Amino acid sequence: MAVPQLVMYEEESKLISVVLERLNREANSKVVFLVDKNGQLISAAGDTKNLDTTSLASLTAGNIAATGGLAKLIGEKEFSILFHEGEKDNIHISIIGQRVILVVVFDTRSSLGLVRLRVKKASDELKTIFDGLLAKMEQKEAINVESPFAEITDDDIDGLFSE
Amino acid sequence: MSFINYSSKEINCKIVYYGPGLCGKTTNLQYVYGKTNPVAKGKMISLATETERTLFFDFLPLTLGEIKGFKVRFHLYTVPGQIFYDASRKLILKGVDGVVFVADSQVERMEANMESFENLAVNLKEQGYDLDKIPYVVQYNKRDLPNAAPLEELKNLLNPKGIPEFEACAATGEGVFETLKGISKLVLTELKKGR
Ligand SMILES: Nc1nc2c(ncn2[C@@H]2O[C@H](COP(=O)(O)OP(=O)(O)OP(=O)(O)O)[C@@H](O)[C@H]2O)c(=O)[nH]1
Ligand SMILES: [Mg+2]
Repeated sequence: MAVPQLVMYEEESKLISVVLERLNREANSKVVFLVDKNGQLISAAGDTKNLDTTSLASLTAGNIAATGGLAKLIGEKEFSILFHEGEKDNIHISIIGQRVILVVVFDTRSSLGLVRLRVKKASDELKTIFDGLLAKMEQKEAINVESPFAEITDDDIDGLFSE
Repeated sequence: MSFINYSSKEINCKIVYYGPGLCGKTTNLQYVYGKTNPVAKGKMISLATETERTLFFDFLPLTLGEIKGFKVRFHLYTVPGQIFYDASRKLILKGVDGVVFVADSQVERMEANMESFENLAVNLKEQGYDLDKIPYVVQYNKRDLPNAAPLEELKNLLNPKGIPEFEACAATGEGVFETLKGISKLVLTELKKGR
């Protein structure tokens, strides 16, 4: 297939959580989350309880995909930062290492300048984590680690649709 | 491309409903949404025009159950079928794990079906996928209409390779879950192969 499938392990997941938690604290933001370019939520920090993070993830990816399409039309590679300003809440979106999307939702308790600054630092850290993750995925592939799904049976699949 | 999360024990797969304008893609998702247990579904998002034509995509997240201790999640998307939305269709196909081609059975939509079918192959190729290799099923929708073409004709035109195919009337839900189950099986079987 065109791009290798994304895999997330316990170790990297913890590292990512630490970075997101700190970013949310230091940027004074409400929520931060990390989304795969295909619209799948990777991780979130902050006040996620009242948020539909699955929908947010999908729309964020759609947004990035659409603006990426616009960028190509005018001869840009992509717009790596997007900012949407609302009456109370704002959204700052940035692309990390061409693969994942970092989203920060903040209100008047923070500012665009502060968010930008903190995002920059967090991006570098996240990029390092994802580079490590990719290397790990390649390594596992090289030594042929079996996927936990190698032994899926037809019964397992039928079971999903039992009701 | 599926996303396996060992940390949260989840696996996410992306399924795209493709087909000509008004063939019933959105109706398929609406039916699934309406018939799914609230705990197993998220919100359905429709980015549509004032006249309810899909403008960018519909999105419906489903949690099917568990396999080997992993929660199996499917993200269903539809593309906009109208010809001039081609740029959007390409974007939606990114990272796809399985495709449902929804054909409109009406005789007068045969050309539109063919055109969309060819468009799917071209757009997949552009993303580096091959229609012959990716999990893929066909649904012949609107079987209820009096002007529906004979099944044989549809098969000859749209399914020369004999991939899994389903007759449907998305408006009443007939064949909708059979189709979803068909593509899900192919996607999960692909997962089993490792890639
Ligand atoms: N008779 C009949 N009508 C159907 C069936 N499925 C869908 N329709 C109707 O066809 C019309 C178009 O359906 P949609 O689901 O919006 O079509 P779509 O493929 O999403 O169209 P685009 O968004 O433009 O690509 C609606 O009025 C549906 O009610 C069917 O099986 N039988
Ligand atoms: Mg539609």
